[in-house]
Amino acid sequence: MTKPTRKGAAEREDNITAWLMSTPAIVLLSVFLIIPFLMAFGLSFTNQRLIPNVNVPTQFIGLTNYGRMLEDASFVRALLNNLLFAVVVVPVQTSLSLGMALLVNQKLPGVNFFRTVYFVPVATVMVVVAVIWSLIYNSPQGLMNAFASVVTFGAVKEVAWLDNPVTAFPAIMLLSIWQGAGYQMLIFLAGLQGISIDMYEAAGIDGATPVQQFWKITLPSLRNTLILVVITTTIFAFQLFDQNWIMTKGGPQNSTLTLVMKMVQDGFQQQKIGFASAISVIFFLIVFAISLVQRRLLPEERAVK
Amino acid sequence: MTDPVKPQKSGGLSGRKRFYNILSYAALIFLALFFLFPLVFMFMSAFKSDESQLIRDLSSIKAFLPTGEMSFQNFSDVFARFNVNVGSADYRKIFFNSSFVVSIIVVIGLIVNSSFAYALARIPFWGRNALIIMIVSLIIIPFQAVAIPLMLITYQFKLANTYTGLIIPFIAHAFSIYLFYQFFIGLPKELEEAAVVDGASRFRIYWSIVLPLSGPVFATVAVSQFLGQWGNLLWPVMILQNPDLFTLPLAMQTFFGQAPRQWGDIMAFTVMATLPTLIVFLVFQRYFVRSAVSSGVKG
Repeated sequence: MTKPTRKGAAEREDNITAWLMSTPAIVLLSVFLIIPFLMAFGLSFTNQRLIPNVNVPTQFIGLTNYGRMLEDASFVRALLNNLLFAVVVVPVQTSLSLGMALLVNQKLPGVNFFRTVYFVPVATVMVVVAVIWSLIYNSPQGLMNAFASVVTFGAVKEVAWLDNPVTAFPAIMLLSIWQGAGYQMLIFLAGLQGISIDMYEAAGIDGATPVQQFWKITLPSLRNTLILVVITTTIFAFQLFDQNWIMTKGGPQNSTLTLVMKMVQDGFQQQKIGFASAISVIFFLIVFAISLVQRRLLPEERAVK
Repeated sequence: MTDPVKPQKSGGLSGRKRFYNILSYAALIFLALFFLFPLVFMFMSAFKSDESQLIRDLSSIKAFLPTGEMSFQNFSDVFARFNVNVGSADYRKIFFNSSFVVSIIVVIGLIVNSSFAYALARIPFWGRNALIIMIVSLIIIPFQAVAIPLMLITYQFKLANTYTGLIIPFIAHAFSIYLFYQFFIGLPKELEEAAVVDGASRFRIYWSIVLPLSGPVFATVAVSQFLGQWGNLLWPVMILQNPDLFTLPLAMQTFFGQAPRQWGDIMAFTVMATLPTLIVFLVFQRYFVRSAVSSGVKG
């Protein structure tokens, strides 16, 4: 009769040890992730302020914040800007990084060096990147102006890239691609190295050209990697903040305003927690919807390797 | 990173292959210039102590060359002008703040997240499956979605303008837990089972058997948390007003925002803020690569 009790004791001990090891993380995740997450929904139906006014108690105001959001031209503009960023940056950055991955995946002397070089911007934090590129976009004297003037034979000159509502956002897109492409190159590279060489050899025997091989073998084999890269870049597009905050503060004329910036402006600078929470909820629903698309498209085992 | 395994398809004629190779190198070099030029430009500008020289050079190839007087003047200016521009005592304090906050987040985070993940991966206990599902679901919530309520909590509990407020929200990290969990379930069970039979406690097994085998995953998580937190701007913007607690990104924003802009000084500042990440990158390159690839597995 000793056996079952010893087993029971071991089980109890396991339970205790496991909960001891789990509790710190569970408590921290609850307080700093789960509770604030639920609070965002609750607060979005109130007029909560950051520093509550004693005379004006926080009230439940139903969907008022959501109604106001739709009437708020700068919110709509921010949402559209995030969409525009996704529509432009996702295809450009994805194809560029795929091209880079194909290039450095070749057996050529020195490709490792190039791979490292392409990845260096990823190791440079965005605030630094934004500051460097601000000087590149400096006007009237600036590298971008000098470059633009040369390639257009002097037709374009002295553009104030970051002060012009037409050029400010594309300027930010360019440096975002510069910073992010190396990261996705690595993800593509991992995908490429998972493709069996046999498929290429068979295709070679059948006389397929490299271009045919790319469309018929490489691209279909990279389907899951591609979905993943597209989805994560789209989510990044909706998280856009650092570079816009440093370079333009959302201007000129809200042309670079984003959802997260709008959240900081309304929630922190104007202290309207209720309204900013409603923006957080919308932001989360967008990210959630994008992730759902990914889960539908990717196989259940979620393995991409 | 392993070497590329897929050889390039050799297309019959060697002349054609050479043509492809030349094209490849042209593309490789063009891209290398694209990715390097801003960094070369930053380093060169940081050492140009004559501001008007720096500005004049912007319109030509000289922006990438050491022209005019090259010195450490801008760097010492950063130290000298710091209390004027940022309001904090000096640059060293800011650098300390960032290093302190980030290393505490990384080190405590490694302990907290890995021990939770180990329990999930190896110890059969009540509630385990529900917790695994919870972690996988939490990965989806971006920090930005909780930032506003978190800020409210931080101000109400008087944690704004404290190191605690900067550190504590980032210690537990769902995706890090998931990475550790994936790694631990992949370890061979036999070693641990032998220890269990010998009557070793789970803590001992975790500490003396599992940890020594887990170098790669610890490095991967540490590197990605380091990089993410070193550049964290959003949270300090929301909870810091006291310049003595500013971290590098926030101090850089302030330094950068002061008129009139002294570009030489600003570039010296960016160099000083970037060197630590560049050095960590060069030393731990393969873990950066692994962290990028493993977050690719995320989903």
